[in-house]
Amino acid sequence: MSATKLKEVDVVVVGSGVVGSIMSMELASAGMSVVCLERGKQFDLGVDFHTPNVYDELKFDRHSDIFQNLARDTLTFRNNGGQSALPMREMGAFKPGEMVGGTSAHWGANARRFLPHDFAMRSRIEERYGKSFIPEDCNLQDWGLEWDEIEPYYDQFENIFGVGGKAGNLDGEIQEGGNPHEGPRSREYPNPPTRQTYQGSLFAKAARSLGYVPFQGPSAAMTQDFRNLYRVQMSQCIHGGFCSSHVCSQGAKANPLTAVLPALMRLPNFEMRPLCNVLRVNKDSTGKKATGVTYIDARGNEIEQPASIVILGAYCFSNTRLLLLSGIGTPYDPQTGKGTVGRNYAYQQGGSVEIFFDDKEFNPFIGGGMVNTSIDEFNGDVIDRGPLGFIGGAYFDTSARGAAPIKGKPVPPGTPRWGGEWKKAVAQNYRRTMNIAMHGTCLSYKQNYLDLDPTYKDAFGQPLLRMTFDWHQNELRMMEYMNERCAEIGRALGGSRLGGKNKGTHFSIVGYQSTHNVGGAVMGEDPSTSVVNKYLQSWDVSNLFVVGGSAFPQQPANGPTETIGMLACWAADAIKENYLKRPGALV
Amino acid sequence: METTLSDNPGGASYVYLQEPEIRFLEAAVEHLIPTDDLGPGARDAGVVVYIDRQLAGSWGSHGRNYRMGPWRDGTPQQGYQSRFTPQEVYRIAIREIDQHCRTTFDRPFAQLNRDTQLEVLQQLETDKIALPSMSSKFFFDLLWRNTDEGFFSDPLYGGNRDMVGWKLLGFPGLPTSQYRELLTSHEPYHAHPVSVMDVQSGKVPVDAQGFPRHVMIEKES
Repeated sequence: MSATKLKEVDVVVVGSGVVGSIMSMELASAGMSVVCLERGKQFDLGVDFHTPNVYDELKFDRHSDIFQNLARDTLTFRNNGGQSALPMREMGAFKPGEMVGGTSAHWGANARRFLPHDFAMRSRIEERYGKSFIPEDCNLQDWGLEWDEIEPYYDQFENIFGVGGKAGNLDGEIQEGGNPHEGPRSREYPNPPTRQTYQGSLFAKAARSLGYVPFQGPSAAMTQDFRNLYRVQMSQCIHGGFCSSHVCSQGAKANPLTAVLPALMRLPNFEMRPLCNVLRVNKDSTGKKATGVTYIDARGNEIEQPASIVILGAYCFSNTRLLLLSGIGTPYDPQTGKGTVGRNYAYQQGGSVEIFFDDKEFNPFIGGGMVNTSIDEFNGDVIDRGPLGFIGGAYFDTSARGAAPIKGKPVPPGTPRWGGEWKKAVAQNYRRTMNIAMHGTCLSYKQNYLDLDPTYKDAFGQPLLRMTFDWHQNELRMMEYMNERCAEIGRALGGSRLGGKNKGTHFSIVGYQSTHNVGGAVMGEDPSTSVVNKYLQSWDVSNLFVVGGSAFPQQPANGPTETIGMLACWAADAIKENYLKRPGALV
Repeated sequence: METTLSDNPGGASYVYLQEPEIRFLEAAVEHLIPTDDLGPGARDAGVVVYIDRQLAGSWGSHGRNYRMGPWRDGTPQQGYQSRFTPQEVYRIAIREIDQHCRTTFDRPFAQLNRDTQLEVLQQLETDKIALPSMSSKFFFDLLWRNTDEGFFSDPLYGGNRDMVGWKLLGFPGLPTSQYRELLTSHEPYHAHPVSVMDVQSGKVPVDAQGFPRHVMIEKES
């Protein structure tokens, strides 16, 4: 059956998450005709996510229908090239979203910028410790971005997502109360910082006693009623928990549904098409120009949507897979090290230390992960890793977890897994535990990559994406060190016992860890080691932009969403200000 | 525990599970979360009803899981690779464990004394009983995961009856709009829990924003 060919539009955007919604908004506001294709459903915030039904851990965290439907497509996974990859049959380590609003509809609203160091990690490491300090099989590379050129786009994103925080560095001047290690900011956050919880105040005191500088982490759950850059109103968070994995029924957590779509859906030159699965990007006979995309619509019809500009703005996995399925760029070959598509896949390291008290009681159900007190002394360039023998770092925080009762019941080490003793331990500790989380870097390695699976197919008969990934010694050494530092803070807190968890020696797809999957279509200065240039424009096809976590050459410690949003603003501006005036390669 | 009668005070109807399976599960989950001084255990909390409803729903047939072949055994890191859906796992495993108990002890699991039941569960957990169709640990892990979910999820799913799981923790269930002011409080906040089911059934009214008002628990002096 041949595809139905629709009328050409200026821009077709694949994915409606942070990237898809913001880029659609920016380009449609500039007068371009924009169509956004989303594989998931369109939800109505007030109907589908009604209070009190949203406060349901089983429905949204365990058996969610706003996460990717694996019955249709998933990915396959193996720890190394010697194994056969098998499909991720049930949701585990990460939970990519599937709805209008994307993965960020259920994000945790931790809105941290990266540090200037993170964008030039290879240069900074080489400068400080020499080339030989970098492991031989490590594909560490710079992003090709300067802090001063991207800072305004962080600022723009924060004014769309209503981020609350206290500046620690205004134009180079260190500010009391903020993070002294952050990159220079051109102005304050649009909203005030979160308030400190009981747990936060204890953490801050212990951290100060060890010489660290605690601060309230930036939050994209509104710290006051706020009207954003797009004139959309968001209301102050009530701190009822149920944030990550959940859609906020109060409209207090900034995400595409609350911060962008109310304005975007009003634009007459914009169209959202849910339940559309894009199969490939189409090219002309030269292979140098994209002509649009082909997708399967909600009725199962094959549709071709021609467009002058194609933007892949989907999750890291989908962006990479669509490039591979479309034959754009050269697939990465781990044997030769040649090729770029699928290269530099990375994840997020992390772990936690739990502090059990006999004499203190908390309200762990009030809050949410974005209400946190943090330190940055082990992040970026702040920490001298020379004597420690690893690259990378971590930030630590203690958050008002909004502890949901199925997953939020830590027990001290040595407690039986079930039975009467376990029940006693759960009852004793649910309200008497606080935890310090470590969020660590993950570098990219020659052996960790994404390609197409030779065996398994999706519901449309197309090959699944295959992930080959394992932890490397550098990350394990780093976390060993971080665990010790974190336990020191834990001891300074004076609890009766310490516990905690880490990710183990080998990456496992089982059990939720983090939805911070990055790389596969990375940005950079050199076409032999990157898929897109500094403006997120394909080196091979100049009217194709590939924007998102897929562009990260490796994973810094701070969560990816803020930087994904910044890149969306940055790429949209490059299209409006430069590309439209002179279509063609921007670099 | 010599009784073989179902303790079914709510008069729950079972949609997927059949009689011997209900008996088996009531006995098993009572070991996983037992009734004690702290309060009711998993059986009285309705965890078996919870498991039944989950098995009857789309999760029970892995409606959102990838179900295409080829089916191969993987490494532990590669996760769930069984061809069996949860419906099939429960049906097959319970029959095979009861068969093992009949062969070894002359009785099905539900009719063994408590100590023997406990021993069998420990053997299942450590994979020491060889079932014909699957690893016994594989079944045990699924049973424990579902028992935990059933005991602590909203009562609208059939478990956590009278919110016994939440009372055990001191979790107040649905938040109130007062949390905004309570965020920075150093005082423990103890309220009678409110569930989605309480709101559905009209037991607890909600304000214009959809939030209930909490009733505080008086401290015993």
